[in-house]
Amino acid sequence: MPEIRNYTLNFGPQHPAAHGVLRLVLELDGEVVQRADPHVGLLHRGTEKLAESKPYNQSIGYMDRLDYVSMMCNEHGYVLAIEKLLGVQAPERAQYIRVMFDEITRILNHLMWLGTHALDIGAMTLFLYCFREREDLMDVYEAVSGARMHATYYRPGGVYRDLPDTMPQFNVSKWHNAKDVAMMNEARSGSLLDFIEDFVHRFPSLIDEYETLLTDNRIWKQRTVGIAAVSPERALQLGFTGPMLRGSGVEWDLRKKQPYEVYDKLDFDIPVGVNGDCYDRYLVRMEEFRQSNRIIQQCVDWLRANPGPVMLEDNKIAPPHREDMKGDMEALIHHFKLFTEGYCVPEGEAYAAIEHPKGEFGVYMVSDGANKPYRVKVRAPGFAHLSAMDEMVKGHMISDVVSVIGTMDIVFGEIDR
Amino acid sequence: MSELFDTVWGWGEFVWSFQIVQIVLGIVALMVPLMLCVAYLTFAERKIIGYMQVRIGPNRVGFFGYKLWGLGQPIADAVKLMFKEIIIPTKANKFLFLMAPVISLATALAAWAVIPLNDFLGIADEVNAGLLFVLAITSLGVYGVIIAGWSSNSKYAFLGAMRSSAQIVAYEIAMGFALVGVLIAAGSLNLREIVEAQQGNLGFLDWFWLPLLPLFVVYFISGVAETNRAPFDVAEGESEIVAGFHVDYSGMAFAVFFLAEYANMILIAALTAIMFAGGWYTPFPAAMVPDGIFGLLIGSGIHWFVIKTAFFLIFFLWFRATFPRYRYDQIMRLGWKVFIPITIVWLLVVAVMVLANVGPWFD
Repeated sequence: MPEIRNYTLNFGPQHPAAHGVLRLVLELDGEVVQRADPHVGLLHRGTEKLAESKPYNQSIGYMDRLDYVSMMCNEHGYVLAIEKLLGVQAPERAQYIRVMFDEITRILNHLMWLGTHALDIGAMTLFLYCFREREDLMDVYEAVSGARMHATYYRPGGVYRDLPDTMPQFNVSKWHNAKDVAMMNEARSGSLLDFIEDFVHRFPSLIDEYETLLTDNRIWKQRTVGIAAVSPERALQLGFTGPMLRGSGVEWDLRKKQPYEVYDKLDFDIPVGVNGDCYDRYLVRMEEFRQSNRIIQQCVDWLRANPGPVMLEDNKIAPPHREDMKGDMEALIHHFKLFTEGYCVPEGEAYAAIEHPKGEFGVYMVSDGANKPYRVKVRAPGFAHLSAMDEMVKGHMISDVVSVIGTMDIVFGEIDR
Repeated sequence: MSELFDTVWGWGEFVWSFQIVQIVLGIVALMVPLMLCVAYLTFAERKIIGYMQVRIGPNRVGFFGYKLWGLGQPIADAVKLMFKEIIIPTKANKFLFLMAPVISLATALAAWAVIPLNDFLGIADEVNAGLLFVLAITSLGVYGVIIAGWSSNSKYAFLGAMRSSAQIVAYEIAMGFALVGVLIAAGSLNLREIVEAQQGNLGFLDWFWLPLLPLFVVYFISGVAETNRAPFDVAEGESEIVAGFHVDYSGMAFAVFFLAEYANMILIAALTAIMFAGGWYTPFPAAMVPDGIFGLLIGSGIHWFVIKTAFFLIFFLWFRATFPRYRYDQIMRLGWKVFIPITIVWLLVVAVMVLANVGPWFD
């Protein structure tokens, strides 16, 4: 009698639904998954080790490249850990700017998640709709930091610079005549805050547009309802955080439970799911769009009313103003020291965590008193989620593996680091 | 001069007297426009879906330095694919690997033999079992997919082939039942007679889509499933099994699959137009059609057949831009548990309507 073996399928690392370089070894019985074995490490870049050989500030840029769809949130976790060790706090305006950009980043991340999740399940159009909105938010990034993706905008002690008063505008070209350009520039005629506010007003109707394509769509529901359901207890045991945990019905959000920056002064709700399946996690994230939008609106209002410094005045940590350097010897020395040696951080260790779009993003930092960290450990939410892959897809079909990868919102930059 | 003309004319008459020449010329006259339609259907798809997705689609490739909204794109694609290498995987069954695309395209084109284009055009439209022929030939098309998936000796392709065979069983039956409904309503298996059964004075109300509405919907959806188009494109399953059955194909071998898929789409749209939308008949009531050139335009004619086919084709594209993809067990559930019961019930209704001579269709 012939021996019956399972069908082993190498899913990735070159696979359109692998979200980067996930290699998943699937054992199949027909199309039903018996075992899923995720292999990680194909995007390992040694970020944590690199950070040990550089002054603190020079590693901020590496944090952008961890989870490369929610850049500023990664910076935030890292910067917060340094601030904790230094025992300093950013000025209030900087805190509001950080919160605003954290939420913009959350929308950026969730747009990417929604687009790819829908594309994986086959709804191609949504992907392009999401990228249309991402483009506007990328412009916001660019206006404030000069870079569309890897912003390196947060610094220990505040943010790199204040919000600009003007937005870059489109020019007339072969493709766009003066009338088109005038229309495209309408929202860009004011300051950055005007542009963000315009976006905030537009965005709710756009979310409705996404939802008309998916939320009540029978096919979408058939593909997500009841797929990879995780009980609240099990979700906690597996170390889930963020929307993955809230989708299972656990009301856990660091913005509410351990408020950092100014989240305790802002008004927002935490959506939670009921069944813990892909559909609930989808609904939770869709509601997070709206809540982030609310937070951004509140931040914009506060930032309009309260000008002020966005960086600490302490020149041992923050670089001095450019004008001061021209005439002041001390400022010049501070600048030279900061940009060559950096600053030394008192001996000790600290763990700072933020509510990253994907879950709890934490940075554990050990300092031996030098100008470089002794050790940096990044707690990436995606790693814990990916570890549950086997449990979540067992007994489902190949098509559901794709839904699960989408619902986990996996990005390999942070998992492999 | 006139002698020369007579000689050439004589030769022409001599050649024409062979039936095979007539048949071959007829086939060429149908296939060349059809293949052009296939090429420009790919272009239309990219443009229409492009506009649905807030982008513009191909707009660069034109002719002689003019961009012409990208109209040269299908030609450029065809030329590119022709010059690409056809890679045959080492452990593939070479013969079957190359046969599979041929089977796909041959069946997609062969079905056109019995399609009547208007009240006199068509290659073999006098075949009295035209409907059976169409059903048989389109069912054969799935062998192309299955053989391709099996012979390329790849796990992904094999999964695609398995999915396709499971899906086709579920859908052929529902489709067959829908066609039985048409057969009862028209009282003939000949496609031309089916169209002629839809003639009347009321225009589009005379067509079979109204009395056979559930069958019309089931047939069209089954047709989408049969052509492996979204949301039923599980055999291709781009984001699950990469490209499914044709994952190992390249160059012209791939292009032939591609042509077959689009030729099948046109075929299904044309069949829908013939069986449910009155073929070449005008949608306007007879009283509204005036004499003269204007009357030729809005009166019955081959142009209405083309317009109706194009109308149904747009639905294929629209579905693709709108819906997520089904899981393949869900497709089978839809086929077995929803479509087959609907068609069986409606067959009885149609039979009763025919017996009761319900007007204006069956009197």
